[in-house]
Amino acid sequence: MASTKTKKFTFNKQLLIPLAAIVALALFNLVVDPSFFKVTLGTNSAGNPVLSGYLITILDYGSELAILAIGMTLVTAASGGQDISVGATIAIAGSVILKVLCGNNSRPETLQAPIIVAFLVACVVAMLFGAFNGILVAYFKIQPMVATLILFTAGRSIAAWINNNELPIISEPSFGYFGGYIPGIPIPTPFFIALVCVIVIMLVLKFTTLGLYTQSVGINGSSSRLNGINPQFIKFLTFVILGLCVAVAGLIKVSRLSTINYSVIAKDIEMDAILAVALGGNALSGGKFNMTASILGAYVIQFLTTTLYKMNVNSEALSAYKAVVVIVLVVLSTPVVRKELSKLFAKKSSKQAVKEVA
Amino acid sequence: MNENKKTGNKFTKWFGRTSDTNLLLTITIVVFFLMYIGAIVFQGQGFLKPQTFFNILNANAALIITSVGLSIVMICGGIDISVGGVVALVSMSCAVYLDFHNGSILGAIGIALAIGLVFGMVQGFLVAYLDIQPFIVTLAGMFFARGMTTIVHTAPFNVENEAFVQLKDTRVIVPGFGSYNKLGNYVNAYVEIGVIVAVLVVITFFIILRWTKLGRSFYAVGGNAQSALMLGINVKRTRFLSHLICGVLAGIAGFVYFMHVGSGSASHASGMEMNAIASSIIGGTMLTGGVGNIIGTFFGVLSLSTIQNIVSSAGLDQAWWTGITIAAMLCIFLVVQSVVIANKKKMLTK
Repeated sequence: MASTKTKKFTFNKQLLIPLAAIVALALFNLVVDPSFFKVTLGTNSAGNPVLSGYLITILDYGSELAILAIGMTLVTAASGGQDISVGATIAIAGSVILKVLCGNNSRPETLQAPIIVAFLVACVVAMLFGAFNGILVAYFKIQPMVATLILFTAGRSIAAWINNNELPIISEPSFGYFGGYIPGIPIPTPFFIALVCVIVIMLVLKFTTLGLYTQSVGINGSSSRLNGINPQFIKFLTFVILGLCVAVAGLIKVSRLSTINYSVIAKDIEMDAILAVALGGNALSGGKFNMTASILGAYVIQFLTTTLYKMNVNSEALSAYKAVVVIVLVVLSTPVVRKELSKLFAKKSSKQAVKEVA
Repeated sequence: MNENKKTGNKFTKWFGRTSDTNLLLTITIVVFFLMYIGAIVFQGQGFLKPQTFFNILNANAALIITSVGLSIVMICGGIDISVGGVVALVSMSCAVYLDFHNGSILGAIGIALAIGLVFGMVQGFLVAYLDIQPFIVTLAGMFFARGMTTIVHTAPFNVENEAFVQLKDTRVIVPGFGSYNKLGNYVNAYVEIGVIVAVLVVITFFIILRWTKLGRSFYAVGGNAQSALMLGINVKRTRFLSHLICGVLAGIAGFVYFMHVGSGSASHASGMEMNAIASSIIGGTMLTGGVGNIIGTFFGVLSLSTIQNIVSSAGLDQAWWTGITIAAMLCIFLVVQSVVIANKKKMLTK
């Protein structure tokens, strides 16, 4: 039983693309510099044991992306469009967290509210903004990319406005746990947060009809309506779920720095999140989706980024290399090219077969 | 249906008959004039001067050109978000060529066109012939262009090439417009060369979209690619050409932008693609394809920048107000568009 299951798992075609990308990147690093894979146990400035190494960096910084990829996959599947406002909404969520924690004083000695309260408020706010996007998309029938363009333009401005354009700094060390390390645990916390999110969404997909309904709405909205599903509500719901993911990512982002920079925080993350979905082999025009592939896609992107950083690529020039790699991956995965490639392989193998027979 | 026509008044008749394109165009133009009149009434004399209007054009010539390109891609059912990056890359490359290699103006124009052409061709090929989603292709194009800009040169700098500075400071006087300055002297209103280029681009592509076979096939492919194919239109070639035109226009816009700012910087034209998309949408182009108008796009850019001007002259200096007002305006336009089109469908099916 177990063996058949794993067999099914590895032969899932969609997982092949991100897995192949990971293997390719790992091989590349192995050839160029095997020390890429070294993981060492050291102590950080606070005297806690921490693991360090490039692999840990990937797990650490890929977490926000993986969390966003969860929501983005659902939105893409249901509405056939993407939410480009996630970066701006992360800025809003982060700003809300800091506002609740700091009150009116931007350099508080003690926190004005428990962190959990701040987080819950941020969740509600981010879900409200998600609902705003959802209403525009589901009930006003505006294309998702256009509808979310509104918050994309306004989001960072709203975030600055919430804190009166001040940059609050939190000195309380426990706030840094979410984006750093919990004392005594050498693995970065964001990885655990991402893990929890992944487990929750997997359970939800397994035990509720959310996944099925989302896919059916994405494949054909009107026939799902005839079957008793409310496509508008499903679309709306996916945007709200994405809002929740954004709030979690926002908490990690502000916790990493204990402060916020409205114009820089989570910049271009919407592009990375969309890429994660695309690299996972999911159709950006909606319909069927594979959550595992999307999450793997997110880590592929972080793998790529870390590899490029390690090769001393200037952080501003990074995007050019990233673009080339992405284009190569996407071109290789298009049906046209794949057909040609499989023809090529088929020829070779048939020749071999002929030789063997001879 | 017949009864409805008989009983309906003139307006509903017109409303029912007019195409989506014209309907959205009318909304845009009406809103723009209302806004400008509102600005004159509430903000006073500044907006009454012709030069204020021409300054809006001067500052946005490049945006007009990119928006035209983007409208064409959007009418054809695609999207191109690489235009801002291409504009930045063109201005940086031209700046480096002129200042460090002592290049000529013609050479710089050649570079601008070549960069635009290459981006348009590669992206068009990937989208049309390899069937990759335009969003992903042009997203990679944007990353590539932005990254290349910093690879070409990192630090921002002003261009001091003499021939270029002369070109940059050329002012074309608009006859018949002008105003008296504080000293009581009559000052002619002027525009920069870029505005003339932009107006030429708008007129050319308005004609192409309206009266040529290529222009009509953009609408056909964007409206319904399957039926277009059955009508004998080469869908792939049409898609390819839409991206090609958008790329070349982004190259031209890059040079116009460069003429306006006169410097090279990696942060130039940041967010321009989103402004161009917003202008096209405000101008009545729909992202679903098949609906749109170049004149509308032109007014879309003007509406967007008028709002920006109103916000800054109303003393709401804080940077965040611009973002919030543009977003609010975009929101209102989108909702109005969607409600109007939905109502029209209902009226027609009655």
